[in-house]
Amino acid sequence: MIDKFRADPAAALAVIPSGATLAVGGFGSSGRPDTLLDTLCDLDRRDLHVIVNNVGGDFTGIGRLLAEGRIRRLTASFPVLPEFYDEYFAGRVELELIPQGTLAERLRAGGAGIPAFFTPSGAATMLADGTFPLGYRADGEVATLMPERERREFGGREHILEYGIVADFALVKAHKSDPRGNLRFRLSARNFNPLAAMSGRHTFAEVEHLVGIGELEPDDIHLPGVFVNEVLLTSPESPKQPATAEHSS
Amino acid sequence: MTQATTRAAISGRSREHIAQRLAADLRDGFVVNLGVGIPLLIPPYIPPDVEVILHAENGVLGLGPLAPPGQEDPDLTDAGKQPITLVTGAAIVDSAMSFAVVRGGHLDVTVLGALQVSARGDLANWYVPGRNPAVGGAMDLVAGAREVWVVMEHADRAGRPKIVEECTFPLTGREVVTRVYTDLAVFHIVDGELRLIECAPGITPAAVRERTAAPYTEDLGAEG
Repeated sequence: MIDKFRADPAAALAVIPSGATLAVGGFGSSGRPDTLLDTLCDLDRRDLHVIVNNVGGDFTGIGRLLAEGRIRRLTASFPVLPEFYDEYFAGRVELELIPQGTLAERLRAGGAGIPAFFTPSGAATMLADGTFPLGYRADGEVATLMPERERREFGGREHILEYGIVADFALVKAHKSDPRGNLRFRLSARNFNPLAAMSGRHTFAEVEHLVGIGELEPDDIHLPGVFVNEVLLTSPESPKQPATAEHSS
Repeated sequence: MTQATTRAAISGRSREHIAQRLAADLRDGFVVNLGVGIPLLIPPYIPPDVEVILHAENGVLGLGPLAPPGQEDPDLTDAGKQPITLVTGAAIVDSAMSFAVVRGGHLDVTVLGALQVSARGDLANWYVPGRNPAVGGAMDLVAGAREVWVVMEHADRAGRPKIVEECTFPLTGREVVTRVYTDLAVFHIVDGELRLIECAPGITPAAVRERTAAPYTEDLGAEG
């Protein structure tokens, strides 16, 4: 019998080693798996490559990982948190800056067996021409640049090659799950969660409600459990934060 | 810069009036994405007989007004992470589907602020070198939307023109802007050519030319 429910987050996430690549769902604090992220901090994992749309506006969630110096590289479209940039310019964390739609599609493609694709987003910009600093040295000099993208014309327009992302692990948040890991999301908290889940070779979902088998109608499942390995209940200590303004495009 | 400071101060449209002017050009049935800043002032000015579907990058099609105090839902925000409401008939999708809408040409218009726009429609609006880089969905929006309408002040805070021959700030996209709405004027960019379509009330064509650092043709009185 398939039962993906797990009671103890620390025991479940213990398989994630330091140095792992993690795809994480959420858009700011909306739909962010804070229980899983807190557990990762409590497990003292370090040197992580985190793929997530943004850090958020404070030191919870991804912000806590950052504040505790656990991130080696961030792949994101809109980091937001000023302290993230302090770390970036000081050479303590790398930033792979990716257009938001490209980030979503890279996660989806990786999970869908598409190794790479061409997109018009970012063509003719410094995110494609190999001039954007991926990382700095401690003395403030540029250490590494993001690689130049391959270019190709389709229909007379320039497109650039972007690679699918297959993450070692994914951490996502959903509204409901049944024992098979079939997920249902709620409103705009869905955002990157299904895509991050697809990208992970091993995916953890934290959910607000565990429901019995058959309680989710087949037509009402947003992401089938084939993309989900383990399901945990969100901690009451990680209450949803009220939405706050974070400048974003 | 000294040239700019010696120019007489003139008063064109306010930010609200720029938003109102742009709103008058939206057509019934348009799917529209609004960026932060002046674009977010637009919704109240959309004419009542014009139904527009507002898109937000985080997967909302059918954005309503901001949620009233006490009725915020942490699971329902816009792309600026503000608590919002939905209109009746709204749809929610994931981020990949949201950008399939954007990139696939299913957005009629994206309305964005700008640091600079070039005469042929290059846009710079994501990054001021030396500051904290963040791109969000801007590059996808300009690459995918059928029309890119820029709303901005005609000059920056130092009085320098923001419509220029070549952008000096890093580009968001090349040859993507189709219209520019400023406090002083409305421009269209057609086949890579910048055209002055309209001057704001009380603003002369000469005043616009003096404050625009790019060549353009005058097409005043054409359909706005």
